[in-house]
Amino acid sequence: MLRRAVTTTTGLLARHIRAQPFSTDLSSAPAADAGFVEAWKKVIPNIEPPKTPLSFMQTRPSTPPSIPAKLTVNFVLPYASELSAKEVDMVIIPATTGNMGVLPGHVATIAELKPGVMSVHEGNDVTKYFISSGFAYIHANSYADVIAVEAVPLDQIDASLVQHGLAEFTQKLSSASTDLEKAEAQIGVDVHSALNSALTG
Amino acid sequence: MASTGAAPFWRAAGMTYVNYANLCAKMVRNCLKEPHKSEAISREKVHYSISKWTDGKPEKPSVRTDSPDE
Repeated sequence: MLRRAVTTTTGLLARHIRAQPFSTDLSSAPAADAGFVEAWKKVIPNIEPPKTPLSFMQTRPSTPPSIPAKLTVNFVLPYASELSAKEVDMVIIPATTGNMGVLPGHVATIAELKPGVMSVHEGNDVTKYFISSGFAYIHANSYADVIAVEAVPLDQIDASLVQHGLAEFTQKLSSASTDLEKAEAQIGVDVHSALNSALTG
Repeated sequence: MASTGAAPFWRAAGMTYVNYANLCAKMVRNCLKEPHKSEAISREKVHYSISKWTDGKPEKPSVRTDSPDE
Protein backbone atom coordinates (compact mmCIF):
# COMPACT_ATOMS: atom_id res chain seq x y z
CA MET A 1 0.00 0.00 0.00
CA LEU A 2 2.86 2.35 0.86
CA ARG A 3 4.52 1.68 -2.49
CA ARG A 4 1.33 2.53 -4.38
CA ALA A 5 0.99 5.84 -2.51
CA VAL A 6 4.57 6.79 -3.39
CA THR A 7 4.08 6.11 -7.12
CA THR A 8 0.86 8.15 -7.29
CA THR A 9 2.48 11.18 -5.66
CA THR A 10 5.56 11.00 -7.88
CA GLY A 11 3.28 10.51 -10.91
CA LEU A 12 1.29 13.62 -10.00
CA LEU A 13 4.49 15.57 -9.33
CA ALA A 14 5.99 14.59 -12.70
CA ARG A 15 2.83 15.64 -14.51
CA HIS A 16 2.80 18.98 -12.67
CA ILE A 17 6.44 19.69 -13.53
CA ARG A 18 5.95 18.80 -17.20
CA ALA A 19 2.81 20.94 -17.49
CA GLN A 20 4.41 24.14 -16.12
CA PRO A 21 6.59 25.87 -18.71
CA PHE A 22 9.69 27.78 -17.64
CA SER A 23 9.42 31.52 -18.09
CA THR A 24 12.40 31.38 -20.43
CA ASP A 25 10.54 29.07 -22.83
CA LEU A 26 7.41 31.19 -23.29
CA SER A 27 6.30 31.79 -26.87
CA SER A 28 5.41 35.28 -28.01
CA ALA A 29 2.49 36.82 -26.18
CA PRO A 30 -0.98 37.15 -27.86
CA ALA A 31 -1.70 40.43 -29.61
CA ALA A 32 -5.39 40.68 -28.82
CA ASP A 33 -7.63 39.57 -26.01
CA ALA A 34 -9.36 36.55 -27.62
CA GLY A 35 -11.73 35.84 -24.74
CA PHE A 36 -12.95 39.46 -24.57
CA VAL A 37 -13.52 39.70 -28.34
CA GLU A 38 -15.58 36.48 -28.35
CA ALA A 39 -17.72 37.58 -25.43
CA TRP A 40 -18.29 41.01 -27.06
CA LYS A 41 -19.31 39.48 -30.41
CA LYS A 42 -21.86 37.27 -28.67
CA VAL A 43 -23.61 40.25 -27.05
CA ILE A 44 -22.99 43.05 -29.59
CA PRO A 45 -22.36 41.47 -32.99
CA ASN A 46 -22.78 44.64 -35.06
CA ILE A 47 -20.22 46.96 -33.45
CA GLU A 48 -16.45 46.38 -33.66
CA PRO A 49 -15.00 45.40 -30.26
CA PRO A 50 -12.91 48.19 -28.70
CA LYS A 51 -9.16 47.70 -28.44
CA THR A 52 -7.97 46.52 -25.06
CA PRO A 53 -4.63 47.65 -23.57
CA LEU A 54 -3.16 44.29 -24.67
CA SER A 55 -3.51 45.21 -28.37
CA PHE A 56 -1.61 48.49 -27.86
CA MET A 57 1.37 46.72 -26.33
CA GLN A 58 4.27 45.50 -28.44
CA THR A 59 4.28 41.70 -28.42
CA ARG A 60 7.22 40.00 -26.81
CA PRO A 61 9.48 38.61 -29.56
CA SER A 62 9.41 34.82 -29.33
CA THR A 63 12.48 32.69 -28.74
CA PRO A 64 13.73 31.83 -32.24
CA PRO A 65 14.43 28.13 -32.93
CA SER A 66 18.00 28.81 -34.10
CA ILE A 67 20.45 31.26 -32.54
CA PRO A 68 19.97 34.74 -34.10
CA ALA A 69 22.86 36.59 -35.67
CA LYS A 70 22.66 39.69 -33.47
CA LEU A 71 21.95 40.56 -29.87
CA THR A 72 19.38 43.32 -29.30
CA VAL A 73 20.41 45.61 -26.46
CA ASN A 74 18.31 48.09 -24.51
CA PHE A 75 20.50 50.20 -22.23
CA VAL A 76 18.57 52.60 -20.01
CA LEU A 77 19.38 55.12 -17.30
CA PRO A 78 16.89 56.82 -14.97
CA TYR A 79 17.09 60.01 -17.04
CA ALA A 80 17.78 58.78 -20.57
CA SER A 81 17.58 55.79 -22.87
CA GLU A 82 21.17 55.28 -23.98
CA LEU A 83 20.59 52.40 -26.45
CA SER A 84 17.14 51.37 -27.59
CA ALA A 85 16.75 48.02 -29.41
CA LYS A 86 20.26 48.31 -30.85
CA GLU A 87 21.48 45.21 -32.72
CA VAL A 88 25.03 44.36 -31.71
CA ASP A 89 27.39 41.41 -31.85
CA MET A 90 28.37 41.24 -28.17
CA VAL A 91 28.25 43.16 -24.90
CA ILE A 92 30.62 42.63 -22.01
CA ILE A 93 28.98 43.53 -18.70
CA PRO A 94 30.66 43.94 -15.29
CA ALA A 95 28.62 41.48 -13.21
CA THR A 96 29.35 40.95 -9.51
CA THR A 97 30.39 37.42 -10.45
CA GLY A 98 32.97 38.75 -12.95
CA ASN A 99 33.02 40.29 -16.42
CA MET A 100 30.49 38.45 -18.52
CA GLY A 101 30.44 38.38 -22.32
CA VAL A 102 26.92 38.17 -23.75
CA LEU A 103 26.55 36.81 -27.29
CA PRO A 104 23.34 36.09 -29.21
CA GLY A 105 21.80 32.90 -27.87
CA HIS A 106 23.09 33.48 -24.33
CA VAL A 107 21.19 31.56 -21.67
CA ALA A 108 18.56 33.66 -19.89
CA THR A 109 20.26 35.35 -16.93
CA ILE A 110 19.69 38.07 -14.40
CA ALA A 111 22.99 39.62 -13.35
CA GLU A 112 23.62 42.27 -10.69
CA LEU A 113 26.28 44.68 -11.92
CA LYS A 114 29.22 46.05 -9.96
CA PRO A 115 30.91 49.39 -10.73
CA GLY A 116 32.83 48.71 -13.94
CA VAL A 117 33.07 49.08 -17.68
CA MET A 118 30.43 47.84 -20.08
CA SER A 119 31.59 47.51 -23.68
CA VAL A 120 29.29 47.20 -26.67
CA HIS A 121 30.84 45.46 -29.69
CA GLU A 122 29.32 46.10 -33.11
CA GLY A 123 31.46 44.93 -36.05
CA ASN A 124 34.78 46.66 -35.45
CA ASP A 125 33.39 49.42 -33.18
CA VAL A 126 33.63 49.14 -29.44
CA THR A 127 31.74 51.67 -27.28
CA LYS A 128 32.63 51.65 -23.59
CA TYR A 129 30.59 53.06 -20.70
CA PHE A 130 31.50 53.16 -17.03
CA ILE A 131 28.48 51.89 -15.06
CA SER A 132 28.04 52.78 -11.40
CA SER A 133 25.80 49.81 -10.60
CA GLY A 134 22.62 48.23 -11.87
CA PHE A 135 21.23 45.05 -13.35
CA ALA A 136 21.36 43.19 -16.64
CA TYR A 137 18.51 40.98 -17.78
CA ILE A 138 19.31 38.63 -20.64
CA HIS A 139 16.28 36.95 -22.17
CA ALA A 140 16.11 33.69 -24.06
CA ASN A 141 15.17 35.49 -27.29
CA SER A 142 18.58 37.28 -27.42
CA TYR A 143 17.33 40.55 -25.99
CA ALA A 144 19.45 42.11 -23.27
CA ASP A 145 18.15 44.86 -20.99
CA VAL A 146 20.86 46.68 -19.05
CA ILE A 147 19.73 49.22 -16.49
CA ALA A 148 22.17 51.41 -14.62
CA VAL A 149 21.83 54.29 -12.20
CA GLU A 150 24.70 56.27 -13.74
CA ALA A 151 26.69 55.49 -16.87
CA VAL A 152 29.29 57.69 -18.54
CA PRO A 153 31.57 57.28 -21.56
CA LEU A 154 35.14 56.81 -20.38
CA ASP A 155 36.38 60.13 -21.76
CA GLN A 156 34.15 62.06 -19.35
CA ILE A 157 36.03 60.73 -16.31
CA ASP A 158 38.66 62.99 -14.70
CA ALA A 159 41.73 60.95 -13.70
CA SER A 160 42.97 63.38 -11.04
CA LEU A 161 39.61 63.39 -9.24
CA VAL A 162 39.66 59.57 -9.30
CA GLN A 163 43.13 59.46 -7.70
CA HIS A 164 42.09 62.01 -5.12
CA GLY A 165 38.93 60.08 -4.29
CA LEU A 166 40.83 56.78 -4.03
CA ALA A 167 43.33 58.28 -1.60
CA GLU A 168 40.54 59.88 0.44
CA PHE A 169 38.51 56.69 0.78
CA THR A 170 41.54 54.51 1.50
CA GLN A 171 42.32 56.87 4.36
CA LYS A 172 38.68 56.78 5.54
CA LEU A 173 38.73 52.99 5.44
CA SER A 174 41.64 52.81 7.85
CA SER A 175 40.12 55.36 10.21
CA ALA A 176 36.50 54.10 10.09
CA SER A 177 34.88 53.03 13.34
CA THR A 178 31.26 51.91 12.83
CA ASP A 179 30.20 49.14 10.44
CA LEU A 180 28.33 51.62 8.26
CA GLU A 181 31.36 53.93 7.93
CA LYS A 182 33.52 50.95 7.04
CA ALA A 183 30.99 49.84 4.42
CA GLU A 184 30.82 53.32 2.90
CA ALA A 185 34.59 53.63 2.80
CA GLN A 186 34.88 50.17 1.25
CA ILE A 187 32.32 51.13 -1.41
CA GLY A 188 34.36 54.28 -2.08
CA VAL A 189 37.55 52.27 -2.50
CA ASP A 190 35.79 49.77 -4.82
CA VAL A 191 34.20 52.43 -7.02
CA HIS A 192 37.36 54.52 -7.33
CA SER A 193 39.61 51.55 -8.05
CA ALA A 194 37.14 50.40 -10.71
CA LEU A 195 37.23 53.92 -12.20
CA ASN A 196 41.02 53.82 -12.08
CA SER A 197 41.30 50.50 -13.88
CA ALA A 198 38.72 51.69 -16.41
CA LEU A 199 40.94 54.66 -17.25
CA THR A 200 44.19 52.72 -17.39
CA GLY A 201 42.99 49.34 -18.74
CA MET B 1 17.70 34.85 0.11
CA ALA B 2 20.87 33.58 1.76
CA SER B 3 21.55 33.82 5.45
CA THR B 4 23.92 36.48 6.84
CA GLY B 5 26.96 34.50 5.68
CA ALA B 6 26.50 35.13 1.97
CA ALA B 7 25.20 38.72 2.12
CA PRO B 8 27.32 41.46 0.49
CA PHE B 9 29.32 43.54 2.97
CA TRP B 10 27.10 46.61 2.65
CA ARG B 11 23.96 44.57 3.37
CA ALA B 12 25.64 43.08 6.43
CA ALA B 13 26.50 46.60 7.63
CA GLY B 14 22.84 47.63 7.43
CA MET B 15 22.77 49.45 4.09
CA THR B 16 19.96 48.79 1.61
CA TYR B 17 20.57 48.20 -2.12
CA VAL B 18 18.98 51.54 -3.02
CA ASN B 19 21.39 53.36 -0.71
CA TYR B 20 24.32 51.39 -2.13
CA ALA B 21 23.36 52.13 -5.74
CA ASN B 22 22.80 55.84 -5.05
CA LEU B 23 26.10 56.08 -3.18
CA CYS B 24 28.00 54.45 -6.09
CA ALA B 25 26.28 56.82 -8.54
CA LYS B 26 27.14 59.87 -6.40
CA MET B 27 30.81 58.85 -6.29
CA VAL B 28 30.94 58.35 -10.05
CA ARG B 29 29.30 61.74 -10.62
CA ASN B 30 31.89 63.41 -8.42
CA CYS B 31 34.69 62.06 -10.62
CA LEU B 32 33.48 63.50 -13.91
CA LYS B 33 35.12 66.23 -16.00
CA GLU B 34 33.78 69.70 -15.65
CA PRO B 35 30.78 70.43 -17.93
CA HIS B 36 29.44 66.87 -17.45
CA LYS B 37 29.98 66.98 -13.68
CA SER B 38 27.88 70.08 -13.08
CA GLU B 39 25.18 68.82 -15.47
CA ALA B 40 25.01 65.49 -13.67
CA ILE B 41 24.91 67.07 -10.22
CA SER B 42 22.21 69.59 -11.20
CA ARG B 43 20.20 66.79 -12.84
CA GLU B 44 20.11 64.84 -9.60
CA LYS B 45 19.10 67.74 -7.35
CA VAL B 46 15.88 67.28 -5.40
CA HIS B 47 13.67 69.75 -3.61
CA TYR B 48 10.93 68.57 -1.28
CA SER B 49 9.19 69.31 1.95
CA ILE B 50 8.69 66.58 4.51
CA SER B 51 6.63 66.48 7.69
CA LYS B 52 6.00 63.80 10.27
CA TRP B 53 2.40 63.05 11.19
CA THR B 54 1.29 62.34 14.75
CA ASP B 55 -2.30 61.76 15.95
CA GLY B 56 -3.61 62.37 12.42
CA LYS B 57 -2.08 65.85 12.17
CA PRO B 58 1.07 66.95 10.37
CA GLU B 59 3.81 68.55 12.40
CA LYS B 60 5.80 71.51 11.11
CA PRO B 61 7.23 70.63 7.64
CA SER B 62 10.94 70.88 6.89
CA VAL B 63 12.18 71.66 3.38
CA ARG B 64 15.05 69.63 1.95
CA THR B 65 16.79 70.93 -1.14
CA ASP B 66 19.86 70.35 -3.29
CA SER B 67 22.08 67.28 -3.21
CA PRO B 68 20.18 63.95 -3.07
CA ASP B 69 22.01 62.52 -0.03
CA GLU B 70 20.29 60.10 2.28
